[in-house]
Amino acid sequence: MAPAPLLELKGITKRFPGVVANDGVNFELAKGEVHALLGENGAGKSTLMNILYGLYHPDEGEMRLGGKPITISSPREAIDHGIGMVHQHFMLIPVMTVAENIVLAMEPRKGPFLDIDEAEERVREISERFGLAVRPDARIESISVGMQQRVEILKALYRGAEILILDEPTAVLTPQEADELFEIIRSLQGEGKSIIFITHKLGEVLQIADRITVLRRGKTIETVPRKGATEEGLARLMVGREVLLRVDKKPAEPGKSALRVENLAVFDERGLEAVRGVSFDVKAGEIVGVAGVDGNGQTELVEALAGLRKVANGRIDVAGEDVTGSGCRECLDAGLGHIPEDRQRRGLILDFSLAENLALHNYRLEPDSKWGWLYPKRLVARARGLLSEFDVRGGGPQTHASSLSGGNQQKVVVAREVSRNPSVLVAAQPTRGLDVGAIEFVHRRLVQERDEGRAILLVSFELDEILSLSDRILVIYEGRIVGEYGPDVSEEELGIAMLGGGKEEAAA
Amino acid sequence: MSAVPPVQQHPPGQPEGAVSGLPAFYERAGGLLVPIAAALLAFVIGGLVMLVTEKSVSAPFEAYKAIFEGSGLTWFIPGVGDTAEEARDLQQTLIVMTPLILAALAVAFAFRCGMFNIGGQGQYWVGLLMAIWFGTHFPGLASPLHAGLAIVAGILAGAVWGGIAGLLKATTGAHEVISTIMLNWIAIWVGTWLLEAPDGYLQGTDPSLPRSSDVLDSAKLPEIWGRLQPLHAGIFIALFALVVYHLLLNRTTLGYEVRAVGFNPDAAAYGGISVKKNYFLALAIAGAFAGLAGAIDLLGWKYRLTSTEFPANLLGFTGIAVALLGRNKAVGILFAALFFAALDVGTSPRQLDPEVFNPELATNLALIIQALIIAFVGAELLILYLWRARRRVGFSGPKRIEPELKT
Repeated sequence: MAPAPLLELKGITKRFPGVVANDGVNFELAKGEVHALLGENGAGKSTLMNILYGLYHPDEGEMRLGGKPITISSPREAIDHGIGMVHQHFMLIPVMTVAENIVLAMEPRKGPFLDIDEAEERVREISERFGLAVRPDARIESISVGMQQRVEILKALYRGAEILILDEPTAVLTPQEADELFEIIRSLQGEGKSIIFITHKLGEVLQIADRITVLRRGKTIETVPRKGATEEGLARLMVGREVLLRVDKKPAEPGKSALRVENLAVFDERGLEAVRGVSFDVKAGEIVGVAGVDGNGQTELVEALAGLRKVANGRIDVAGEDVTGSGCRECLDAGLGHIPEDRQRRGLILDFSLAENLALHNYRLEPDSKWGWLYPKRLVARARGLLSEFDVRGGGPQTHASSLSGGNQQKVVVAREVSRNPSVLVAAQPTRGLDVGAIEFVHRRLVQERDEGRAILLVSFELDEILSLSDRILVIYEGRIVGEYGPDVSEEELGIAMLGGGKEEAAA
Repeated sequence: MSAVPPVQQHPPGQPEGAVSGLPAFYERAGGLLVPIAAALLAFVIGGLVMLVTEKSVSAPFEAYKAIFEGSGLTWFIPGVGDTAEEARDLQQTLIVMTPLILAALAVAFAFRCGMFNIGGQGQYWVGLLMAIWFGTHFPGLASPLHAGLAIVAGILAGAVWGGIAGLLKATTGAHEVISTIMLNWIAIWVGTWLLEAPDGYLQGTDPSLPRSSDVLDSAKLPEIWGRLQPLHAGIFIALFALVVYHLLLNRTTLGYEVRAVGFNPDAAAYGGISVKKNYFLALAIAGAFAGLAGAIDLLGWKYRLTSTEFPANLLGFTGIAVALLGRNKAVGILFAALFFAALDVGTSPRQLDPEVFNPELATNLALIIQALIIAFVGAELLILYLWRARRRVGFSGPKRIEPELKT
């Protein structure tokens, strides 16, 4: 490496009881560099960055900043060393303004009082210097998620960050917002800031990073320059084997309509209309994707379909049966399968064994039980078959669901829903938080289920996922379907529609 | 650099598996570690208290020896002490243990459904009161039938009392802790009125006494061991109830639903399980256990009730401690109940030699030890909770709040 690295992490080892999260990890950051830290969930990226940010203390290894060894025992010290971190989930106070949030705990004072003018002035100055275009006097709750992220970046810059850690920054952004973020990163780079970009998305890495360090199971696998790197090559480094990134599928052969939704209206917890007169249908043997930014009524739509939320108006038919206003059990019995968006809150009972989890719908039916008497051995026997069919690793039928990795947990959910042989399968965020290998599995399985003649409704915030799986794409915006597209639509066009600028604004 | 091989035995990529490190340790210890450690520690501290108050190094040892002998548990060890006396003590201990098991089941069953049943006491009283009425009426009924009738009446009364709290929770969302506590007082004052009011409905033959009549002989449970205050057949009912509890929870669809709701009501609802129905059922069944405790306590050895017992009897609350110590498991509850009963009988002034052990201190010592055990077992849950919370929130720094535990 020609220039001396600004930051060096050498042989970092961090053990948790029973697990080595970081095992002799090496990492270098040059000044003015964008360095991506790539790895699957659980590869040790977050642990490493939490060590750098002073949240964990390494068991072994050393850190050097500008050639000098340092120790960081708290975020405060990290900030003093010029290290700032933007977390995936923002730490902002919604009712306060941008400037107030940024200067929090480091306020400019006029006597004992906060000097708000001075604060806003300083924030404006930094914002302009890096092209962030944030209004200092706006309230956090009134600005978009993308803007909130910029506020977090500003906060780090305000505290004098020279090294900026961005933890999965695009997870919450639309494609347009992500592009804007990349612009900002480039301008930060231009001002000499160094950036560590944590992600598991291959496309982004190739778009923004100068160098890429891949972690796998707590170890540094390789650091490669962007030049010459390919998605396939990076995926192989991440997973440790060849991965099929594209979903292979035949054209759909849609049959009869299996899920029909007419003029559906649903309220959210606050009593606001979250789904406003939505109509669509999904035919047997096709995957219909619902694209949209988080919080545009997807959750409420899915819960209404699954009988978990009251329908205010409209009608839902599952396999020709009117299930409007029925409970969850009636929907299940009518032939609905549901992969819920939150597998840990809804999809699984973490303290139950896998056998018990797999029986969550069928426990009251023969052969699982008869006259209210449960046959645990039969649950276990069935679970054994399903676990091997769905390649669930890390435990057997008696293992608690909590001890599986996220990918394997999701396989359990998919196994349960698919094995009931539903005519309609609603999959909400089926790959959220999963690593490349598990995503591949879930995607292939969904296509397989489609080919077997199920109607699949796929709700996802990941455009890639929608585009690669769907045979038709609906865009949901503020509780309305604002457009319907074929599978060949461009990402840009979908992105615009997702922000409400769709071609069929009036369509409902 | 570490020579430790990467985590082959763990599912790939599970550094945050550290989260479950502590709970996993408990799992492996079979949940036995903490209750036993808590009990031992409580005895040590209780011993220190005696050391200070009695100003003698040997005092704690002598006292614990006296308690152990007083509990009658030495009966199981042949060749120690007077067998007849030991048998009497042991009969006492088992008589106390019987309702304690049931009171603990009343707490444990609700707990497995995610609820805290503080109402065991009230459910016990209504079961007992109902058993008085059935036990003092229907002369001429055949013996097993009469006792069975009174027992069923007690079970149903307890179930209704618990069910009211369940119904309130299911329909209005009223918290079961509040409603069961209130139902305790309702039971106590209704009972007092039944016994004390002029022409009280359950009052015995002497209207000047706040006391019921004895139940008829045909309603009494058979005596099975001893003469002075013999052990009654209720112990079999309590042991049977433990089996029922275990099977109901683990081998029926009802138990499956109850546990599902207890662990994760959202997921249960997603599985098509009615959360409200299970709240109601779980509290009703919990109440049935406590009502049963009241009925067999009455029919087994009390035979009648004096209103002064209302403030004195704290069985329902001791049941909470027993369930806590027994980890809501059938076997755990059996041993925890035996333990608490032995401690209770062993320190009762009747059993102790005042030469060895000041009787006043004895009763207080039992309370100290019981309280410490609860505190330790409770503290362990708190530590576990804090351990998890620490991982979620990070230390003082602005660590992100995880949307879900990454595994």
